[in-house]
Amino acid sequence: MSAVEDVATEAPAVEAVPKRAMTVGAGTSLVVLGLLVLVPVFAKNFIVFQMTMLLIYGLAVLALNILTGGSGQFSLGQSAFYAIGAYTSAILMEQYNLNYALTLPVAGVICFGAGFLFGQPALRLSGVYLALATFALATAMPQLLKLNFFEKWTGGVQGLVVTKPDAPFGLPLSQDAWLYYFTLVVVVAIYIFSVNLLRSRSGRAFMAIRDNEIAASAMGVDVALYKTLAFGVSAGITGVAGGLGAIAVQFVAPDSYTIQLAISLFLGMVVGGVGWLPGSIVGSAFIIFVPNIAEGISKGLSGAVFGVLLFLVIFLVPHGARQVAIVGQQLLGRLRK
Amino acid sequence: MDFGRNIRVAALAVAVVAVSAGTALAQKKYDTGASDTEIKVGNIMPYSGPVSAFGVIGKTEAAYFRKVNDEGGINGRKISFISYDDAYSPPKAVEQARKLVESDEVLLIFNSLGTPSNSAIHKYMNEKKVPQLFVASGASKWNDAKNFPWTMGWQPSYQSEAHIYGKYLLKEKPGAKIAVLYQNDDFGKDYLKGLKNALGEKASMIVAEDSYETSEPSIDDHVVRLKESGADVFVSVTTPKFAAQAIKKRAEIDWKPLQIVANVSASVGAVMMPAGFENAQGVLSAAYDKDGADPQWDDDPGMKKFFDFLRKYYPDGNRLDAATAFGYGAAQTLVQVLRQCGDDLTRANVMKQAANLQDFAPDTLLPGITINTSPTDFAPIDQLQLMRFKGQRWELFGDIMSGKAGH
Repeated sequence: MSAVEDVATEAPAVEAVPKRAMTVGAGTSLVVLGLLVLVPVFAKNFIVFQMTMLLIYGLAVLALNILTGGSGQFSLGQSAFYAIGAYTSAILMEQYNLNYALTLPVAGVICFGAGFLFGQPALRLSGVYLALATFALATAMPQLLKLNFFEKWTGGVQGLVVTKPDAPFGLPLSQDAWLYYFTLVVVVAIYIFSVNLLRSRSGRAFMAIRDNEIAASAMGVDVALYKTLAFGVSAGITGVAGGLGAIAVQFVAPDSYTIQLAISLFLGMVVGGVGWLPGSIVGSAFIIFVPNIAEGISKGLSGAVFGVLLFLVIFLVPHGARQVAIVGQQLLGRLRK
Repeated sequence: MDFGRNIRVAALAVAVVAVSAGTALAQKKYDTGASDTEIKVGNIMPYSGPVSAFGVIGKTEAAYFRKVNDEGGINGRKISFISYDDAYSPPKAVEQARKLVESDEVLLIFNSLGTPSNSAIHKYMNEKKVPQLFVASGASKWNDAKNFPWTMGWQPSYQSEAHIYGKYLLKEKPGAKIAVLYQNDDFGKDYLKGLKNALGEKASMIVAEDSYETSEPSIDDHVVRLKESGADVFVSVTTPKFAAQAIKKRAEIDWKPLQIVANVSASVGAVMMPAGFENAQGVLSAAYDKDGADPQWDDDPGMKKFFDFLRKYYPDGNRLDAATAFGYGAAQTLVQVLRQCGDDLTRANVMKQAANLQDFAPDTLLPGITINTSPTDFAPIDQLQLMRFKGQRWELFGDIMSGKAGH
């Protein structure tokens, strides 16, 4: 056995997270939700747009979290599913005049299919090998989108411009605020679905596979099925995020969905805390705002500054936002006593 | 009577003063981003990411505006230049553009770089009616005054340039068999389209076309394949790294067509030298600005000003890098537009003045090439001059040609 395999089999790269620790209490959730609902009332349109992107990337990070934190599989290919979702929404809206809200389930289903199919060959791979296979998917995607064959749908290298929806029923909301609320509803629904999924039989099967594949199969878990299922669910949610992203940004192009995006999502998951679903939003905030902060510190060295900040986070709080939340909770508990 | 005349003169003087004061007050008009003391200009550049080399353009522009401010600003107003990084990612460009327009409240966005990033904000800028001025991309879609009156390009479009080669070939080599190698992106495809349009009915002169991806490590096999087509003209629509490979490989396999390289890859330092000067003899291209690497411009008054500026305000800037000359020329054009605006710094007037540039010649443009725009012509530079590589530098030849379709 090679050293790499030893590492891959003996020490699980993903630390086991008990399922209760994957979420936060109902009270905290409601407070956060309340704050999110109030954002457009006080913020400028630009901030509302940023918050929409925060939710969308948060959703994509959540999807990866289900895959990695839940079933213990790595993926650097989430940008590919995000791209498929984005293009599905954009093409349906612009070429087939479908309502934007209806394009999202289609994007989700198509990406679920793509993820499930990709999960089949990926079954034979684990750990770093799986990460590499998904990496290949992410690198290939922008080029596939440029193919002449698809050009009449995808717009080729020029991409597609997407029309932003107005608020329906004559609601007195700006386009940005409406899209924000729309995104918020979708994200909350998917969040609740994800929490329940991980608490369900399937979720327990995911976690059993994550903790020990052999033990899981001994318990009667269909390892192959649940691994591909995790891939499918994760890809499907990523696809919905991609569709929302296309509507919010109003533009899709191959260059929007490079490997850089996949790495950002991966980063967001680690910073938010692997396996801690609420951390997805924190991770998403990190990948949106920290590059801006880094740029504010130094334009020429923004990449290096970003690296230093990332290093600090990993060094000080290796378990990401989850660790901060636990410490915060303990402090609160002590204050109450 | 003296007294009466004095009264009349005084009355007239008062009237004149009143009228001029009245017009002066009426003329001072501002939109968001402009005031008595300041003009806020936004910009988006790929300071990080795959094409971060172009970030030099933004840095040159920032340095140039510093120089303008040191010299007293524009009509007494200082330019505050806010430049953000989009890492060449369209979604990030949208975020940064919205930040500039809605949060920093700039008067306009100037010279934002890249076709994908600018395509992503094209509609937004026009909906918001904020000028997207002198876009740093050679796509032809920026010249569409009717549908996108708030967007204007700057450099010659890829199609204009391809047009010039097409015209040259029709005139000089009407029986040519042309092989085209192009990069599989907006740049390559726009170019091919321009070439085909210029050839018109004789587009069948193109006997072979082949595309490559920027991720390919080498394009050698494409060159070999194109040689087999038996073409005697080889048009290489490539970015610098690949352009150098194509020149070298063509020489290696002893293929001797007339080779044309796109202007983006005409750099002596980045393309011709690595390809080997002996291999590059006789290669054809076209230019619109002076090459800082070319000694023939050392004593040119315009370039002297440019070199002085680099020394004083941007010592890290490399005069051999075409991006510094590009940023300098674009920044000078914006300053000209803002000067023309006078005290009417509304967004509408900025676009009006940008569409009213007449024979303006930034220091770095080739002698004879000038910037002209009109309410229907949103392509500031559309002239180029052909040049042939000889010895260790380019020799310009022929007249200055316009790339406008139908000329």
